[in-house]
Amino acid sequence: MKTKTRNLSKTTRSNFITYGMVVAAYIIVEICLRAGVVSSLLEGLLVPLCMYVILAVSLNLTVGISGELSLGHAGFMCVGAFSSAIFSKCMETAIPVSGIRFFLAILIGTVFAAVFGILIGVPVLRLKGDYLAIVTLAFGEIIKNVVNVVYLGRDSQGFHISTKDTLSLGLEEGGEVIIKGPQGITGTPNDSTFLIGIILILVTLFIVINLINSRTGRAVMAIRDNRIAAESVGINVTKYKLLAFSVSAALAGTAGVLYAHNLSTLQAQPKNFGYNMSITILVFVVLGGIGNIRGSVIAAVVLTLLPELLRSLNDYRMLIYAVILIATMIFTSSPGGQHIQERIKQFFERRKTKEA
Amino acid sequence: MALLEVKNLGISFGGLRAVDDFNLTIEQGELYGLIGPNGAGKTTIFNLLTGVYKPTDGYIMLDGENITGKKTIEINRHGIARTFQNIRLFSELSVLDNVKVGLHNHHPYSTLTGILRLPKYYRVEKEMNERAMELLKVFGLDQEADYKASNLPYGQQRKLEIARALATDPKLLLLDEPAAGMNPNETQELMKTIRFVRDEFHMTILLIEHDMKLVSGICEKLTVLNFGQVLAEGETTTVLNDPKVIAAYLGE
Repeated sequence: MKTKTRNLSKTTRSNFITYGMVVAAYIIVEICLRAGVVSSLLEGLLVPLCMYVILAVSLNLTVGISGELSLGHAGFMCVGAFSSAIFSKCMETAIPVSGIRFFLAILIGTVFAAVFGILIGVPVLRLKGDYLAIVTLAFGEIIKNVVNVVYLGRDSQGFHISTKDTLSLGLEEGGEVIIKGPQGITGTPNDSTFLIGIILILVTLFIVINLINSRTGRAVMAIRDNRIAAESVGINVTKYKLLAFSVSAALAGTAGVLYAHNLSTLQAQPKNFGYNMSITILVFVVLGGIGNIRGSVIAAVVLTLLPELLRSLNDYRMLIYAVILIATMIFTSSPGGQHIQERIKQFFERRKTKEA
Repeated sequence: MALLEVKNLGISFGGLRAVDDFNLTIEQGELYGLIGPNGAGKTTIFNLLTGVYKPTDGYIMLDGENITGKKTIEINRHGIARTFQNIRLFSELSVLDNVKVGLHNHHPYSTLTGILRLPKYYRVEKEMNERAMELLKVFGLDQEADYKASNLPYGQQRKLEIARALATDPKLLLLDEPAAGMNPNETQELMKTIRFVRDEFHMTILLIEHDMKLVSGICEKLTVLNFGQVLAEGETTTVLNDPKVIAAYLGE
């Protein structure tokens, strides 16, 4: 009985450290902002930072906990961004209070991404490993490209959709074009703030951490560790795989909402919703430690800030970024690196015992 | 009525007849052995019983219910649990969590309850912890509850697999070569454990085994399989003295 209670409190404590870290980061940044020591460049990075953290944590649910390599995370983010931006644009006059409107936008973006998660998850989760990665990659690209050819307009008769151009929408006078194909959505209300970003990070962490430490999370991890054994003790493999995948997609949608309401122009480009983005998120997850939620948060923050902090080095900046990535990987994963880690740990433990 | 009744069970993989006209009747509370040379089809029969393969002929009745052709998870809910020849634990999970996954269907709460940490979550988790610790204590694994499953020594991993199977509250327990890779001392201990499980949980057990000391020591009845067909069946001593069995499997 004693070991059990200790075990429970250990995970609880570790989770509170994660929450505490986020809150502490918020307070420090807020003080720096008040004191005026933050450059405008860094200030503009705060909301994207929150977005990256949410994306990394949610992808870790698929890659680390469910053990499925998904490369389509940016696609779900794209779904969340566009569905919520359309909603916000349509409701800008109907719901003038930005707080309520943004809250509803977040819900809509999240739900739409979850629906896409289920729709794509049903056929795709039959595959494993590299095949799953390839197919999710393709779905991510498809979503981005479909959004690029859609024209959506609204007038008194309702919505009009076309894949050709603005004129073929046949809008009445006074009608409004919402999505202009590759030009995307312009004039989305800028509702995202750093505070909302932090709240969304906390909500994401709450959902993911509690999910992992519950009956559902155990079932998902059991399937990851041994699918045949999981089935033999009566775990519904399809159900739990799909659940983890769609929760992960839904949270990516939330990040998309944050992204869409941070910029006045929303376009689906390779750099924001393409596979480059999916890979970037995967890099956060891998470097932070697969299955390690707190690691994802730290990796997302450090790796987003790093290129900006290295900006003064101009041309060498990406070079150094790459060297740091490789060094981290060697240090955390190679046998030699682990050996060094052990020795550092021993060194500190020895000092502790000496002091005692 | 017999707990398990298998009639004319057969399966073909392409042209290969892996199991043919297999019959088996196990009464409630029996300790039954399934033996035979390598490749005779013993594990195939386990896979048929647990729904990993669908039989091409025959039927399987468990406690009066027809479970032929059902899915693995449905068959587990009907009351058959198993262990594997090559150990299949949830290696990254703790010893305690391995058993708790086994308790999954008997202590339910919804995913939303788990995320929102409603009172029901704490109540059910407490029940699960208590039940899981009880089971671990039976197998002498309670001290190792926090260990990662893959860090246990081999013999304890085998025991954990049995504990996890028992957590699903089965009527029939299938053990696939439980003594494989064990030294004589560990085998002795395992025999005690198996007997204990049968008496304590009133469990019916069907096991595959090559270790004749274990088979003759604890099994009450035997079926000998050769080339996918039943060679002999009946009381352990009678079967082991059958000249056909000696010629095909035991050797002179």
